[in-house]
Order: sequence, then C-alpha cells, then structure tokens
Amino acid sequence: MSDAQQTIELLRFNTCGSVDDGKSTLIGRLLYDSKSIMEDQMEALERSADITGGGQVNLANLTDGLRAEREQGITIDVAYRYVATPKRKFIVADTPGHVEYTRNMVTGASTANLSIVLVDARNGVIEQTRRHSYISALLGIPHIVFAVNKMDLVDWSEERFREIREGIEAFLPKLNLFKDVKFIPISALEGDNVVTFSDRTPWYEGPTLLGHIESVHIASDWNLNGLRFPVQWVNRPNNPTDPALHDFRGLSGQIAGGIVKVGQEVLVLPSGQKSRIQEIWTYDGPLEEAFCPQSVTLRLEDDLDISRGDTIVGLDPLPGHSAELAGRVCWMNPRPLTAGKKYFLKHGTQTVQAMVTSLESRIDFETFEPKEASELAMNDIGEVRIRTAKPLTYDGYTANRLTGSFVLVEPGTNATVAAGMLHPPAQTYKPEYTDFSI
Amino acid sequence: MSSYHLDHLAYLETEAIHVLREVAAEFERPAVLFSGGKDSICILRLAEKAFRPSEIPMPFLNVETGHEFPELIEFRDRRAEELGAKLIVRTVDEAFEKGLATPTPGQVSRNQLQIPVLLGAIEEFQFDCCIGGARRDEEKARAKERFFSFRDAFGQWDPKNQRPEIWNLYNARLNPGENMRVFPLSNWTETDVWEYIKKEELEVPNIYFSHERECFHRAGQWLPVPPAYEANGKADPYEGARPTEQEEHRRMICRVRTIADMISTGMIESPAENIDDIISEVAAARVTERGTRADDKASEAAMEDRKKAGYF
Repeated sequence: MSDAQQTIELLRFNTCGSVDDGKSTLIGRLLYDSKSIMEDQMEALERSADITGGGQVNLANLTDGLRAEREQGITIDVAYRYVATPKRKFIVADTPGHVEYTRNMVTGASTANLSIVLVDARNGVIEQTRRHSYISALLGIPHIVFAVNKMDLVDWSEERFREIREGIEAFLPKLNLFKDVKFIPISALEGDNVVTFSDRTPWYEGPTLLGHIESVHIASDWNLNGLRFPVQWVNRPNNPTDPALHDFRGLSGQIAGGIVKVGQEVLVLPSGQKSRIQEIWTYDGPLEEAFCPQSVTLRLEDDLDISRGDTIVGLDPLPGHSAELAGRVCWMNPRPLTAGKKYFLKHGTQTVQAMVTSLESRIDFETFEPKEASELAMNDIGEVRIRTAKPLTYDGYTANRLTGSFVLVEPGTNATVAAGMLHPPAQTYKPEYTDFSI
Repeated sequence: MSSYHLDHLAYLETEAIHVLREVAAEFERPAVLFSGGKDSICILRLAEKAFRPSEIPMPFLNVETGHEFPELIEFRDRRAEELGAKLIVRTVDEAFEKGLATPTPGQVSRNQLQIPVLLGAIEEFQFDCCIGGARRDEEKARAKERFFSFRDAFGQWDPKNQRPEIWNLYNARLNPGENMRVFPLSNWTETDVWEYIKKEELEVPNIYFSHERECFHRAGQWLPVPPAYEANGKADPYEGARPTEQEEHRRMICRVRTIADMISTGMIESPAENIDDIISEVAAARVTERGTRADDKASEAAMEDRKKAGYF
C-alpha cells in the first residue's frame, strides 16, 4: 500500500424483488465473482449442499444467516453484506420481498444510494415491482437499477426484455424522483452481465451490473445546501487538566446538511438566537470548514443556552419550524395506525411527544394514488398529519433525507412503529427580530 | 471527486462517532466492552474522537475467561490507564466462586461461560447499554444484527423481532431491566479495521504480529501451547487444553488474526511483521477471520444460539 493510493468511495445499495426473484442469489453471485467469498464459507456451503441441497451449491445460503431462513429457504430480515472491488466498497442491504416485510425494505432503503429492483423475466412487472420502485422513490434513493433476472429462462429474448422495460417506463414518470435509471438483463444464477459481459445478450450494450455500480456518480448524494446541525451532545470537560479547557463549551454532532465555516453567522433553533461559528473543533485539530455528514464539535462566539435536540442552522435557506407537520409514513407494526394516538417522535437528535391528528389517505400501489382510509395496517404507506408537543426544525424529505425524516415509537412497548418522511414546510422559519442578537 | 466528499474510512468513522454520541446522550449508564483486541482498539479511538476534549463518559468492561493471552491483558490495562478510563474486569473464576456460573463437565473452553459473567456485570453495575466491537462481516448471524441491538430482561436477542432501524434514527428506549448492545463498527470489514489502525497509527498487542511460538495441532487448527502449570493447590486451568502425546506440536512463526482466549484462538503461520503486511495478508486471505475461531466451529448456528442466550 502506498500513500498515493486513491481514495475509495463507499456506495450503499439495497436489493429488492419478490420471493424467488433471486436477490440472495444475486448478492451471492456478486460476492462469488468479485472473490469476496472465502474458502471456509464455500466449504460450509458445499457441506450444506451435500446434506440438504442434493449437491447443488445454493448461493442464497451465503446471506441467509438465521436458522429459520435456511430451513424455510427465505430471507426474514435485512442482511448486510460487504463487497470490495479495486474501484469501490459496497454495503449491501439484502431486503426480503414478501409483502409482509415491506418494513424491512424501507429499513434497507433508508440509507441506500442505489436500489436494485429484481424483475423475474418470466413474470414481468408485478405489483411487487411497482411497490419496490415506489418505496425506492419514496425513500429518496437517487439511483435505481432494474435487473431483469432469469433471462436464461426466457431464452435471452431481447423482445421480452424490451417489453418489461417499457412496462416499467410506463409508470416511472409518476415517481419522477430518480437521478438515473438503468435496465440490465442478467442471470444471477449463471452470472451473465453481473460481473462479466455475457455473449448471450449481443443486443445489450452494457454496462454489467457491477460495472454500473462501480462507476455511477454518487459524490453529490449528500445535501450540501443549507447548514443543518442537530446538537447531539454538549461537550463540556468536567475537570480539565488543561487550563485552556476551563471555558470549553462545545456542541457535538453530525452535520445533517450543508457546509459550516468558521465565522459563519448561524441561528439556533428553537430559541431563535443568532451567533457565529468560533471554532470547528475535532480530535484531529481545528477545521476551517466541515460538511455533511462529518461529525464535529462546534463552538459559538456567544455563550448561549443550547442543549441536545436544538438545531444550529445557516441563514439561507432557512428550515421549516413547526409543531404541525404533514408527511408520509410507512407503518411497521401489527397494531394498525388510527388517528388520535400518541407516540414518541424521534427526529434528528430530538424526541418529542406527538399525536397523529389525522390519517388523510393510504397509497394504492396499483395506481400510486392516495385512497381514503380509516387505518394503516402493517406495511401500508399513507399520508398523515401530526402535531408535536414542541416544534421541529425540519426540511422536506426530498430536500434532505436526514432533517426530513422521523420515526414513531410506541409508548410502553417501545416498538418502532413507523418511518416518516416530511413534506416540505408550508413556510420557513421567520426570525422575529432580524438584527437582534444576544 | 469534489472536495466535499468523504472516502470510505471517513464515512465509517463519522457513522461510528454519531452512534457513540447517541449512546452517551440516550443512556444513563453505558459501558464499553474493551478486550484489548483490534476492534475494541478502534472503538476507543472513535470514543476519543466522539468525546474529547471531555473524558470518555463511560467505563470499560472486560470479561475474562482465565485463559487470556498475557500480552493482551498487559495491553488492555495499559491502554485503559493511558486514556484515563475506569476499567472493570469480571472473571469466570469469580463467577464460579459466587455461584453465578458452574463449570461445564468435560468442557475446557469457557467461551459460553462468559455469558453469565457479562449478564452478572450488567446487573451489578446496572449498565443499560454495552458498546461492543462486533462487525456484521464477521459472521452471518451478526450480518442481521442492528447497530442498537435490543436485549430483553434475560439478556436475550430475538432475531425475528428486531426493531426496524431507519436512517440514523436509533430507538434507544428501554424498560427497566432491559438492555441495549450497541455496535458502532457494524458496517466495518476486517480490512477497514486494519486500514483505520494504520491511518490512526494505533498500537495493537504484539501477538497480532509474527512471532515464534510453541503450537500444537488440534481439530484442523494450530493452537498455542498454554503456559506451564504452576502447582498452587488449584486444578490446572488448562486441563484438557494441553497437547496430548499423539498431537503434533512444533515451534512456528505465527500470529493471531482474531483473538478469543488461548483455548479458542487458532494461530496462523505468517511472516507479517507490520500493519502493511497484515493488510496485504487480509486482502489475499481465502478464509474468513472467524475461520480461525474454534468457538464458531461448533455448528452453523453457533453464533446465533450464543447471541440469543445473551452473548456479545
């Protein structure tokens, strides 16, 4: 290893498709062909193949880690896998395809840059395909790939591939949120167009699936427009041996949006006080500027009363600031959501009491249209209005995935019952006294 | 590549720092599990980055089987002192004396016995959260685990009923008696750990580097020959873990790739003398890190079963 070694980017992707579309097989194939499978893992696979698989090695067993999964041949929960190539590192969320496990897909998709939706070439576009595309769009994943799998079972038919592609392109405009969309004909089982080009698809120009995810541009996936710094932990040394630290009062956290610079004018919400950035403190020395998603400790010029849950924001653009919120939620609990219930709402570093004041509608996955509904069952997605005990400092989810998201937690059981994505604020925060500072 | 973009190590670092600060903010009495191994060494550096210039606001906890490599213990104690942290050590032997655990007949490995000792320490100090260095790439049951892994009042992990973990919004809420295990290195690989150790110039125990050692061959692995038995009135703690007449043994140039204790750690033949050598070796390795752990070979679900019972 030389110091001249190029920096390696990390891309997070999730795979989705319905049962038996071959998600786990695809990941197994990526691991296998990129030589990320080790001999002892292969031995274990071969052992179980001899015992239970009639001698056929099952690549899906690489990711299906729980006993019940191997027994039932299904993927129960999100499994994370790690693949490294000389060009990039990948974190793979293998998310199950069963309807009842939509919540796991939302989990895997929430942190992904890219979504791979598997389509079985024999079955074409089905409700699951639409649902997974919709969830990928809803969760704000910038890049999407439709991997048309099992092409070997339709004789590598270009016509079939085009038909599926057109079927997807017919509904994509309704989602209209992706930075880029790719269609790739593959066979995960046999490896065609996954890592190496297949000579069985002369009509397909490329790229291979791995070639695409190694090169897709992800540098601009984080929000760098408008500083958002949710204060996570107040950093105040108790008994500093260094006298210079006696007055140290830092605000530690992860930048959730934008860029922060020394000297920059900032606003602290909810108090509305203004100050300037005195220092960007880090263990490795002070920085002149820092950006999302770096973790830093900020010191302000003024000694303000600030605690966890407050947000330090830049003046342009200003965020929303309200206790009346509207957004979409994916419901994740067997007990359905009905209007009028109270929950804890965690947003950024703040947890507040919240009430779902109304359930406006439920999304129909055939049409992507909202339908009237009296409750949201597990794995439903719907429009809600929420009132919180304290105002939130937030952005619309489409502008910022970190400041536009929340979860609901049920009091008592402490179950995480919903993932929420906020609509853009109707109006942004209005400073009461523009020139006022303490 | 724009200048406002993090490389993969910087991304993993900021993610882990965020997790550590969430723990400090959300829990009353958290602890860091610190064994002196390479993963927990990274955790300590990340804790420095998360909390300095303040003190690291949680004690370190280590559960000893009694079969530890002496080099590891020495390193662990020294590192904790350098960082000014409180180190709590609880041992399987103490647990025998207190009746918290009983020796398993015919079983020399005390790997399983760490479970009641850990749960005993959680109870004794009322820890509501333990931070561990486990990684999802280590083992396939771990691949399914959350950053914030909920344990019920019996310390059990229920893999089929885990809390959904969405964005970076970790649900840390507990009822009395319940516990959280938090894994800031969830998304790190073995290579990432060594690259981070190199980047941060972290010291690691010298048994990670090539050295000469007397080893013997058992169940497909080269195990270290335990230290000589000193007659002190007590039974030999390594009874059953010493080479028999039939077992091949020799001095070899070797190192550890992962550390459990002397009974569960397979040595690998290796000339790796420095971090760069180790990184190259890991990159070229054709077996997983845990392939050298005797404790994981018990069955395909060995880790899943131990985690359900309250293991790290």
